[in-house]
Formats: sequence, C-alpha cells, structure tokens
Amino acid sequence: MSKRVLPGFGISLGVALAYLGLIVLLPLAALAWKATGIGFEGLIRLLSAPRTLAALRLSVGGAVVAALINVVIGLLVGWVLVRYRFPGRRLFDALVDLPFALPTAVAGIALTTLYAPNGWLGQWLEPLGIKVAYTPLGVFVAMVFVGFPFVVRTLQPVLSSLELDVEEAAESLGAQRWQTFFRVILPMLAPTLLTGFALALARAVGEYGSVIFIAGNIPMHSEIAPLLIVQKLEQFDYAGAAALGVAMLSISFVLLVLVAFLQRWSHRWQERAT
Amino acid sequence: MTVPLRSRPVAWPRRVLHAVLIALALVFLLLFLVMPLATVFVEAFRQGVAPYLDSIRQPEALSAIKLTLLVAVLAVPLNVLFGIAAAWAMTRFQFRGKALLGALIDLPFSVSPVVSGLVYVLLFGAQGWFGPWLDSHGIKIIFAVPALVLATIFVTLPFVARELIPLMQAQGSEEEEAARVLGASGWQMFFRVTLPNIRWALLYGVLLCNARAMGEFGAVSVVSGHIRGLTTTMPLEVEMRYNEYEYVGAFAVASLLALLALVTLAVKSLLEWRYGDEIAAHAPGGH
Repeated sequence: MSKRVLPGFGISLGVALAYLGLIVLLPLAALAWKATGIGFEGLIRLLSAPRTLAALRLSVGGAVVAALINVVIGLLVGWVLVRYRFPGRRLFDALVDLPFALPTAVAGIALTTLYAPNGWLGQWLEPLGIKVAYTPLGVFVAMVFVGFPFVVRTLQPVLSSLELDVEEAAESLGAQRWQTFFRVILPMLAPTLLTGFALALARAVGEYGSVIFIAGNIPMHSEIAPLLIVQKLEQFDYAGAAALGVAMLSISFVLLVLVAFLQRWSHRWQERAT
Repeated sequence: MTVPLRSRPVAWPRRVLHAVLIALALVFLLLFLVMPLATVFVEAFRQGVAPYLDSIRQPEALSAIKLTLLVAVLAVPLNVLFGIAAAWAMTRFQFRGKALLGALIDLPFSVSPVVSGLVYVLLFGAQGWFGPWLDSHGIKIIFAVPALVLATIFVTLPFVARELIPLMQAQGSEEEEAARVLGASGWQMFFRVTLPNIRWALLYGVLLCNARAMGEFGAVSVVSGHIRGLTTTMPLEVEMRYNEYEYVGAFAVASLLALLALVTLAVKSLLEWRYGDEIAAHAPGGH
C-alpha cells in the first residue's frame, strides 16, 4: 500500500546509499586494502610485538574493568534518580549526560588537572600512595568517565517500567528488602545491565581524547592502542597503522555482535518472564 | 479505604537506607562529573579575567573558533539531509537488506575516533588511493579543511538518522498517505506533514550532532596536521596549548567548549521535558 502511495523511495534510498558509500564504505575499503600491505607475516609480527600487546591489553582490559565499574555505579545512580525524590534531582539527571556533551579533550585535561599530585583530588590520594595521573589507573578513570552515561541511560526506562507489584508481592510473602533486590529485581535488570555494559565497553575500547592526557603514554605501561596508531602514522608506517586499525575494528565488531546477541536474549527473556 | 504503602515499622531503617543511597550517588556525581567541569572554569580564570579574555582574543584562538564553526556548519546540514533520507527510506518502505543498512548507519559509533581519521588519510593522504592524483591536480584534502569536515561527518553521521528512525517508525505513514490521496505533491507532503511531525526530534538530533561535531578531537587530530591558524579546531587548540604548558590559554578555550556542552545539556533537557512525546524514546547517544 505505502509503496504505491508514498513517493521518494528511489531518491531517499539512493541518497542514503551513496552517502554511506562515500563517507563510510569507501574509506573502510581503503583501510582494509592498506592493511594487507604488511602481509601475513608482518601482521603476526605487529600483533605479537610486546608493545602492541601491552597497548591492546590496556585498551581492552581497561575498558572491561571500566565498564564493570560503570555497571555498579550506573545501577546506583539510575536507581536513585528513578526511585527517590530529592531536591536537585532533575539537575543531576541532566548532568548524567555531561560525558556525552563535554568534548573529550576538555574532559582529558580537566581529569588530568584534578588527579595530578597537586590537584583537588590528587593531593588527597597521593599521601595514600594512590597515583592516578600518568598511570594505568588514570586510563581507567577516563574510561569510566566517558562510559558512565550508557548504563544509567539504558537502565532508567526499564527501572521506571518495573512493576512495583512484583516487589510488593515478594515482600508480602515475607522476603527481606535485600532478598527482594538480589532475587527479584537484579535478575529482572540483568539483561539491561549487560546491554549498558557492552555499550560502555565499546565506547571505552576506542577512546582517545580523554585518555591520552591523563595516561602519560609510557610505552608498555600506560600506552593505549589508538595512540599506537597515531604514532605509526607519524612514522609514515601507513600499512602498520591500517593493520592496527583493522585489529581494533575487529574487536569493536565482536563487541557489536555481543550487544546484538544480548539484546535479542533480553527480549526473549522478558517475553518468557511476562 | 486506602492504606499508605510504606506504613510499616520498617519504615525508619528504610528511610536511612534511602538517604545513604542518595548521598552515595550524589557524592559520586559531584566528584566525578561536577568537579571536572568546575576545574575547567577555575583553571581558566586562575590568573583573573583579563588573561582569560586575552587568551581567547589571540588570533590562533579566534581562527580555531571560526574553523570549528565552519566545520560544524558544513558537517551538520549534510548529516541532516542524510538522516532524513535514510529515515524516510527505512521507515516508509520495505526492501531487502534493511537491517544491514541500519547496522551501517550505526557503524561509526563503534569505530575508534582515531580510526575514523585514519581511513581518510589512507584514502586522500600522500600515500593514499587518491593521493597522487589529488597532488597532481593541486587539490589538498588531508592536512586541510576538507579532511576535517569529512572526518567530522564520519563521526557524527548516525546522530540525526538514529533520532528520526524510531520516531518515524512509531508515527506510521497514515497522515502522509492521506496527504497524497488528497492530491498533495511529494514536496508539499514533506514540508506540510512529515517535517512538522518530526521537527522536535530533528532539532534534538541536530543538537547532539552539533555538540559532537564541534567537540570532536581524535578523528580531526589525525587528519589536521596541527597547522596553527589553518587546521586547528578548538579541541586541537586546547591540546596544543596544554602541551606547551600554556594552561590558562588551554583552559580558556576549553571553557568555551564546556559552555557549549552545558548549553547543549540545557536545551536537551528542555526538549525532553517539553516535547518528550514528540521525540522518540532515545537510546544512549553513542560516542
């Protein structure tokens, strides 16, 4: 029906495909093509180099830890913002999106200043022997910052629609508050938390701007994978940069598949529960 | 007869628990979000208002501001046109490969910003596919404004489309079909029915797209070449000043970007509050 009445199928799809082709597909094809330039042996040598492995481990491992931290904090903040009423709630709710809105370079220099040994937070952590700026810990902090909104924002609509009667039924059956939370509420939220986790993870893996200032970028220690790509480019090692780029894209792709899988699983889970 | 929901003896310890949870969340938000934001402004004004104004009035800062505006003015409208076209095709017609098209639109969100810049270097750089040809014709793309615009378009491509697709899906096409049956031309239908129906979601998408376009760092950093006064956008100017230990200057430019972020958040909240029903249920907004 709509196909016959509504105009513009050819032109809209044509514009969309041409645009995607020129802006996304053609450049990605160039990336894949250039990456083959280093050959199979070169690829193995590049990916098994200790410095590459250390950088990938920090980018992926750091992102996993940061996303896990964000699940816990995001659950707390999302819960408090949806369930409780307190002065300034709307303001804090709007503020949750700050890491989306604040340019990464600004976040990067602000976090570095804050956690430097003489910074507002660094001066209290330094005597405790906790060094944040210019260490892998600083990388985690920046990754938690950029991934923070994802868990809260995926969680909020689900928390608002969570049926209160399930909780009340559990409580009227004699369940303690903590039992209700861990046995009833948390399992219901698990799929959403996993989705938020994957989104925060995908964001943090490729993160660059907010991380490089606070990381100190010491090779084998606090150097992230995207920075390694930048360095290869500066040394005119285009094939090496492209190969690392493909490696990072592959990691992102696996994470994207994971998100899709989790979303499908959560839908099926919810259908079975209701 | 209504019984108050929480009128049981456990109410008191529960209220303490609520207070503790609220306090924990607020302490986290203050330490983690408010403090970095405050740092930007405190550092920018550390030596007073005059040095702050001076560092913003410097020619490099002014040209960085102009370049940032230019890049956004070019990138955002192109992504608006793409977003409307893609959303129209995706929500009004059935065709094969639709799911694949949707995945492609989302793809830039899962690409590291550095890789988003790298792909254009490999395409248009001196050793890139079109590098020699461009060079022989005297066209500069990499280390020049066109590459900054392209990298920004890549990074912000999904924002408008992602905002429009769920909304237009939910709205359906009945009003547009009615307009057509009543004799409206294609463009009349678009400007009198479709556009008014999606205007707030469109504005919401433009807002997020613009914030990211003006603040993008990683992708433009790779293609810019950091030529002062020519190819440094505001975030790059922040980086260069910071690396030269010119902290007041770096934070002064950063404060303008932070201000942009605050205005974006304010308008975003206003749109959600006032026109929440006319903006699609928003998924978290990517990078």
